[in-house]
Amino acid sequence: MADIHLWGALRPAAGGASVVQVEAKTIRELFRKLEDAYPGMTPHLARGVAVSIDGRIYRDSWETMLPDGAEIYLLPRIQGG
Amino acid sequence: MPLDASYHAKSFKSVGTRPLRPDGIDKVTGRAKYGADHNMPGQLVGLILRSPHAHAKIKRIDISKAEKLAGVKAVLTAADLPDLTNGDQGMFDILDNCMARTKVFYDGHAVAAVAAVDMATAKQALKLIKVDYQVLPHVTDVDEAVKPKAPLLHEKCFTEGGESKPKNPSNVAKITEFGHGDVEKGFAEADIVIERNFKTEQTHQGYIEPHACVASVSPDGTGELWVCTQGHFVYRNHCAMLLGMDVSKLRVTSSEIGGGFGGKTHVWMEPVALALSRKSNRPVKIVMTREEVFRASGPTSATSIDVKIGIRKDGTITAGKAELRYASGPYLSMWGELGAMTSFACYDLKNVKTRGYEVLVNRPKSAAYRAPSAPMAAFAVESVIDELAKKIGKDPLEVRIQNAAKQGTKSSYGPVYGPIGIGPTLEAARKHPHMKAPLGKNQGRGYACGFWFNFGGQTCTDVNVGPDGTVTLTVGTVDVGGSRASLALCVAEELGIPYDQVKCTVADTGALGHNDMTDGSRGTFSSSMAGIFAARNTIEVLKERAAKMWEIPVSDVAWENGHAKAVGSKYGNLAPLSLKEIAAAAGNTGGPVAGHAEIVADGAGVSFATHICDVEVDPETGRSRVVRYTVIQDAGKAVHPTYVEGQYQGGAAQGIGWALNEEYIYGKDGRLQNPGFLDYRIPVCSDLPMIDTQILEIPNPNHPYGVRGVGETSIVPPIAAIANAVSNAFGVRMTHVPMSPPRVLKALEAAKKTKKA
Repeated sequence: MADIHLWGALRPAAGGASVVQVEAKTIRELFRKLEDAYPGMTPHLARGVAVSIDGRIYRDSWETMLPDGAEIYLLPRIQGG
Repeated sequence: MPLDASYHAKSFKSVGTRPLRPDGIDKVTGRAKYGADHNMPGQLVGLILRSPHAHAKIKRIDISKAEKLAGVKAVLTAADLPDLTNGDQGMFDILDNCMARTKVFYDGHAVAAVAAVDMATAKQALKLIKVDYQVLPHVTDVDEAVKPKAPLLHEKCFTEGGESKPKNPSNVAKITEFGHGDVEKGFAEADIVIERNFKTEQTHQGYIEPHACVASVSPDGTGELWVCTQGHFVYRNHCAMLLGMDVSKLRVTSSEIGGGFGGKTHVWMEPVALALSRKSNRPVKIVMTREEVFRASGPTSATSIDVKIGIRKDGTITAGKAELRYASGPYLSMWGELGAMTSFACYDLKNVKTRGYEVLVNRPKSAAYRAPSAPMAAFAVESVIDELAKKIGKDPLEVRIQNAAKQGTKSSYGPVYGPIGIGPTLEAARKHPHMKAPLGKNQGRGYACGFWFNFGGQTCTDVNVGPDGTVTLTVGTVDVGGSRASLALCVAEELGIPYDQVKCTVADTGALGHNDMTDGSRGTFSSSMAGIFAARNTIEVLKERAAKMWEIPVSDVAWENGHAKAVGSKYGNLAPLSLKEIAAAAGNTGGPVAGHAEIVADGAGVSFATHICDVEVDPETGRSRVVRYTVIQDAGKAVHPTYVEGQYQGGAAQGIGWALNEEYIYGKDGRLQNPGFLDYRIPVCSDLPMIDTQILEIPNPNHPYGVRGVGETSIVPPIAAIANAVSNAFGVRMTHVPMSPPRVLKALEAAKKTKKA
C-alpha cells in the first residue's frame, strides 16, 4: 500500500483526507483504483491530474512505475504559457 | 539507448554555439508568412459582431437583413455551432467564448459573424444584424465579484473545493488549498509578522501579431486551416471537435508567429472561420483588429492577494500564508490554483498555507500568460519578504539565501524537491557586479526570486536524410522563440555533422503525429529530446546501410563523428563512410534514410530565477524608469545561448511593462476604455535599459543534453523586483501594480502627509 498525498481540491472526494492508501504498481493502475474507491475524483481525473514521484512530475507517462517507499503526490495538471 | 532520456555528461561541438537565426532573413525582408499573409482563391472576408455590453441576455438575433445584402455569402450565430462537446465543460466554455449562446459575459463577446466578398460589405452586414439584449448588472472587479450581493454570472455556479458545500451560487467557481505545517503556530514563533493586500491589474500578452486565420471547408467534409497559433495540432483537435469534423480530415498549418506568450494556446475565432467557410462553401479569412485582440482574447488575470509572513530576528521565516483571488473571466480556470502553488515555492518553510480562488467576472476569458499566475503571487510574497528583511535589519538577498528551498525541501505545493537551482541563482546574484554598483539620486535597488514548473508532453519528430546528405528535421512544435535553430543544433550534435547540414521545419498536422502546444517552456525541451531520439534511430539505419555497402555484419559498424566506422582490426583498410556517402548510395541499399520518434517528454524539472534591478523615480512626475536590470536563471544547458538570453530579456521586458504601465481600464459601464497600444502602453526600446543576463547551466538529469525549459520563468520576478526597487527609492511600500505615474505620485503624497503628521 502506498501513501498517496492529495492536493486540496481532491480531498473532499476522499472525505477530507489529505492522504489515502492505494495498492498500485503504475500511475495508470493508481488512477483506476482511485476512481473505483473515490468516484468523486473522476471529474478531477478527467480534467487532468499530474503525479509527482519523489519530486519528479509526470503528466502523461501513465506506465511509470510507483516504486516502493516513494513519495507520491497528486497535483493539478498545470497549464503553461 | 535510442530512447534513454537520462543525462550523460559530454563535450559538445554544435550545442552551445550561436549560429545566425535561420528565419532571420525572411523576417527582416518581409518574406516570412504570418497569419494574415496567407490567401486562398475566392476567399471571403470574415468579421465578427461583438457585444457592447458587459453582461446581457441574448433575447433574439435577427440576421435576415444581413443575409439579403448583396455580396454576403454567410451569416452565422451560435445556432450554427451546436454543442458537440459531450459534457466536456472546458471545451464547452471555449465554444461559448467563440460565439455566445444565451448570454454575453463581457464587452467584446462574439454574438454573430458574417462572410462577405469584401471588407466594406462585411462591415455593412454587421450593421444589419439586430441583437435584442436584456442588459444585466455586471461586475469587473475581482474583489467586488466575491461579495455576496455581487451580480452573478452563472446561476448554477456553486463553489467547488470549499470546506462545506455552499447553499447559494456565487462567482467563486473553485477554491484550492496547498500547504503543510501549522501556520498559526509559525506566526506565534515569529518576532515580526507583516500582513498586506496586493493588487495587480489585468494585462494582455501584447503579442504584436493579432489573431489571424484562413479557413476552407470542402463539401466533402475535408478542411484546411492556416493560422497563427502556438499549437496547430491542438487547434486542429479543438476545431474538429467543435465542428464535428474528423480530425484526420482537417489539415492545419501554422504560420510564423508574431508572439503568443500563452495567448494563442486555444481557439478564439478559428472555429467561426471554419463554420463560415462550411456555410458559404468558400474560403474565409478572419484577422482580428487590435481592438478585438484586447477586448476578446487572451488577457491574464487581475488579482487581489492577501499575504501574511512571519520572521524571527535571526532571519528565519517561520510561516507564510496567502489568499489569492484571480479573475478568470466568465469561465472556470486554474489561475488562482497556480498562484497558490507557486507563491511560496522558492522557500523552505515549515509552515505554509495558500488558498487560490477562481473568481468569475465580466471580463474576457483569461488565458495563460508566460508562467501563468506566478508573477502576481511572486509580487505579493517577494514584497513582504523584502519588507520583513528591512524590519529585522538584514540584507533582503541574504534573507532569501537563508530561507531558500534546496534539495530535500518539502515544497509549498507538496512534493519534496530533488536537485534545484534557486540557491545557485541567489549565490550568483550575491557575486554579481550589479550588486556593488552605486545608486544615483532617487534610485532604488530591488531583488526578487521566481519559480515556474515547466513541462514536457506529447511530441513527434522525423529526421530525413536527403540524397546529398543534408538532413531535414521535421517537428510539430511551433517555433515561438528560435527553437528551429536549437533543434537543428541538437540533431547535428547527435548525428555528428555540421549545423548547416541540418534544416528544421515545422510541419503541418498532416505530416506528423500529435504534438502538444509550444507552452509550458516545452518547445526546445521536448522537441530536442524527440529530435535526439529520431537522430539515434537514423544512426541505426545509417549503420545498417554502411554494413550493406561494406558487406559486413551491422554489429561490426559503429557511428563516430558523423561517419560509419568498421570496428575491428580485420576491417583496418576500410575508410570510414560519411553520412553524405551513405546517403548518396541509399537508393541501392534500401531506399530513403530516415528516423522517427514519438515520445511523452516528462521530467522537464522546475525552474528558478533571481533578478536584480535599479529604478529611478521622478518625484515630480511619478514616472519610474528602469536604469539597470540583471536576469540570472538556470538553463540546464543553453543549446543556443543567444536565444536563451533573448528569452531572459523578453520575460524581463514584459514584466517591466506589467509592473510600470500596462493595465486594462474598465468604465462603470463595464466597457474596456483602452483597447489599443496608444492607451495601453507596452514598453518600447527607449523605455528599457540593456537587460543583462547570466545563464547558469545545472544539467537537467531527465534530458540527454541536460536541457531545461527557459521561456517562462523570466517573467516571474520582474514585478516584485521593480516594486521592491521603487519602494526602496523613496521608502514607501508599493502594493498596487502597475506602478504608473499617478499611482506613484499618490503614494509619494501619502508618504509626505504621513511624515508631516
